[in-house]
Amino acid sequence: MNRHKSVIPGFGISMGITITILSIVVLIPLCSLVVFSAKLSFSEFVYTVTRPRILSGYFVSISTAFIASLVNVVMGIILAWILVRYDFKGKRFIDGIIELPFALPTAVAGISLTHLTTTNGWVGQIFYKLFGIQIAYTRIGITVALIFIGIPFVVRSVQPVLEKIDIQYEEAAFILGADAKTTFTKVIFPEILPAIISGFTLAFARCIGEYGSVVFIAGNTPYETEIAPLLIMSELQEYDYSAATSIALVMLGISIVILSINAIVQASVSKRVNGKI
Amino acid sequence: MELRKENRVLKFFFITVSFVFLGVFLILPLIYIVVTALRDGIMGYLTAVSDEYAIKAALLTVQATIWAVIVNTIFGIAAAWLITKYAFKGKKVLSTFIDLPVTVSPIIAGLIYVLTFGRQSDLYPILDSYGIQIIFAVPGIVLATIFVTFPFISRELIPVLTSQGTDEEEAAALMGAKTFTIFRKITFPHIKWALLYGVVLCTARAMGEFGAVSVLSGHLRGKTNTLPLYIELLYQGYDFTGAFAASSILVVLAIVVLILRLVIEKRGQKELDLNK
Amino acid sequence: MKKKLLSLILIAALGASVVGCGSKGGTASIDGEDVPKAGGEKIELTNVSYDPTRELYAAYNELFAKHYEEEFGQTVEITQSHGGSGKQALEVANGLEADVVTLALEGDVQVVADAGLIDDGFTSEFDVDSSPYTSTIVFLVRSGNPKNINDWDDLTRKDVGVITPNPKTSGGAMWNYLAAWYYFEQQGQSEDEILESIRQLYANVVVLDSGARGATTSFVENKQGDVLIAWENEAFLSLQEYPGEYEIVVPSVSILCQPTVAVVDEVAKKHGTEDVAKEYLSYLYSDEAQEIEAQNFYRPSTKSIYDKYVFTADSNTITEVPADGKWINDNITLTDINHFGGWTKARATHFADGANFDSIYEQ
Repeated sequence: MNRHKSVIPGFGISMGITITILSIVVLIPLCSLVVFSAKLSFSEFVYTVTRPRILSGYFVSISTAFIASLVNVVMGIILAWILVRYDFKGKRFIDGIIELPFALPTAVAGISLTHLTTTNGWVGQIFYKLFGIQIAYTRIGITVALIFIGIPFVVRSVQPVLEKIDIQYEEAAFILGADAKTTFTKVIFPEILPAIISGFTLAFARCIGEYGSVVFIAGNTPYETEIAPLLIMSELQEYDYSAATSIALVMLGISIVILSINAIVQASVSKRVNGKI
Repeated sequence: MELRKENRVLKFFFITVSFVFLGVFLILPLIYIVVTALRDGIMGYLTAVSDEYAIKAALLTVQATIWAVIVNTIFGIAAAWLITKYAFKGKKVLSTFIDLPVTVSPIIAGLIYVLTFGRQSDLYPILDSYGIQIIFAVPGIVLATIFVTFPFISRELIPVLTSQGTDEEEAAALMGAKTFTIFRKITFPHIKWALLYGVVLCTARAMGEFGAVSVLSGHLRGKTNTLPLYIELLYQGYDFTGAFAASSILVVLAIVVLILRLVIEKRGQKELDLNK
Repeated sequence: MKKKLLSLILIAALGASVVGCGSKGGTASIDGEDVPKAGGEKIELTNVSYDPTRELYAAYNELFAKHYEEEFGQTVEITQSHGGSGKQALEVANGLEADVVTLALEGDVQVVADAGLIDDGFTSEFDVDSSPYTSTIVFLVRSGNPKNINDWDDLTRKDVGVITPNPKTSGGAMWNYLAAWYYFEQQGQSEDEILESIRQLYANVVVLDSGARGATTSFVENKQGDVLIAWENEAFLSLQEYPGEYEIVVPSVSILCQPTVAVVDEVAKKHGTEDVAKEYLSYLYSDEAQEIEAQNFYRPSTKSIYDKYVFTADSNTITEVPADGKWINDNITLTDINHFGGWTKARATHFADGANFDSIYEQ
């Protein structure tokens, strides 16, 4: 990248505003997290964050978030696809409600999903009677809540990319003899892949940390359905600040790693695309 | 056209799957909320939503939302302008930090403010001597709300500004235009729809925040209870009708916001087509 | 068109900032220090309490405001905060400006004291260890007691689903755990055997909620499990709210739960509310207040009023709230926290990281 001084004025003021607000809202508070966990020595820190119960908390959070995000990748692609490519009744309606999980308070979502999926809830009793599957108070329940939370991410990142793909490419591929499946895997999929990854990573990171909706639907049983954010709460309740902040720090690290992976993937993809052109 | 015809089965399948999926995950919970809210009849519903504390909680939620939108708009515009108009070191790091709040657990978001402004913090005596209370008071709730919606506006603006490029602004600058003039005359017309869209998203998310606010609100009834916290309080007080009635306020607000979003998008699209 | 939109945005932004500033101005008086002024000025008092006391303090605050107005000619407005006892204590220790705390156990008040906010000796500041009312732990079962649950050992049976909150996050749940421990101890079990019994009991737990109210909701509204280990007052409240659906089973032994009240001296000093705060808590011992506590199913500390609510039980099952209001079943052996060496010791032995409660989940 050739660095040159921009002729556009206003660098100072925009940099000033950005850094000031970023510092007050994000950076300084995050620093106190580091300061508080630094009260433990390194070996204490490692011990605190690797106790079996804590490890199982991470595992529950990460595994359910992963499955939920995978479901959302599949459903997100389908939803984006039908919204961009098809005309049908109720399209605007579907397009409109995608962001509902953003707008609905997570606690409200959690409460109503719990009531729906207990063994005598509207949906829960069907599954319980037909298949003997219990949803609420199990990991399935947690996954259900996380699917709800993560719906908008993949749809909204794939949709604009899909809109920009010229239908002529596909028609060209079709004329050249490719069937629908090949057209999708060879022409469309590579184009939307970066968007899928970006949607997936955001949804995944968001789901790992989700608390409000999950705490109602999870049974909160240690080693079974106890999520990592709940462990932070329970350490706090034991007045153990350094333990709570240590777990929080690990989760923060996971978030940063996930975001960085996404950033690297996006950068390499854009490089590849630009290189081709 | 051949292509389309061939996919008719697939189309039907995909649309059905989508409807079922959204029906179960999004619509059913909404229906459940409405049905439960009306379980004790319409009068019970009206009493529940006109409760003094419900109104106070709703006002606090609106207040926090407005502050979050104002701060994030200022920040979003500044950050998006900074990232797209200039080349400088540390840009990648900066944009990662801007995105970070979305992926941070709400619990941690609340916790960091408790650590920064709580009694055990070094800042506390200073703030206290000026009589400023941040956490367990309205400023803390506002801060937490800003945090969880932090990147919403800048994320909407950055792609638009990137695709617009810097040529127009550079030309204007060379002709001697001032920063604000450039922004108002050249940049703003490009981003206004994206900005509005970001504001709408930010509003929606800010209204519903629960986890982060829960950690630092102190749950003072009538003072620091936002609507989502008030709902939890009712829910735990065996007042399920009240809880779901209060939830329905938020549901209605959410739907209004989403309709607004559609309208904005439509008008923005129209203008875009006109420009073409 | 463009202009119209621009002005629209401007107006919206302006309106937003006006509303924002307006409400900010409104809250400034709340945030600022409230120095009570003499003569007719409103005094604000904040009471930070635990989960199940909502109904009690809603009634008591009304009584107290009336009393204070009559006695001192000043209006008192009380702001309530409810939540898990441990969490509430921590928030007060962190700077939540409570004038008084009324928490589920002495240990939680101690946390506030440890933060330097409450002067030493708070347990002797008011009568009977600063516990104006007490409670105990009982079982709530579904109508007709289908699983035939009568005492603590039934909770270890494989076919019984138990609902109790997590002792790590809930004060009430610590009492539940200790009561169970005491029972098995009374059965003559060795410490290893007690741990094994407790392990079996918690293996039956279907939902380990984070607070007492959450547990009650899981049992009552979401119909999970067969038995809820609950505060006596919570159990009676469920009988009242859902007549005919539940029964209370009183176990042979239980524990005397002493919720502790205290003035948060530092905050009250800052607010200038020391006198009101003190009056607020001592008035909890007045006959009128003790009646309200008894009506809300807390065991009053005044003997004469306690006796008024006692009935002679002929079985260990209570199927409805007695019509004559006499609900206290005296036929129960109660231990107390001293049996466990006080809260500091009980916490270290049972609830700290890696202590007994953690060990029952490790395999």
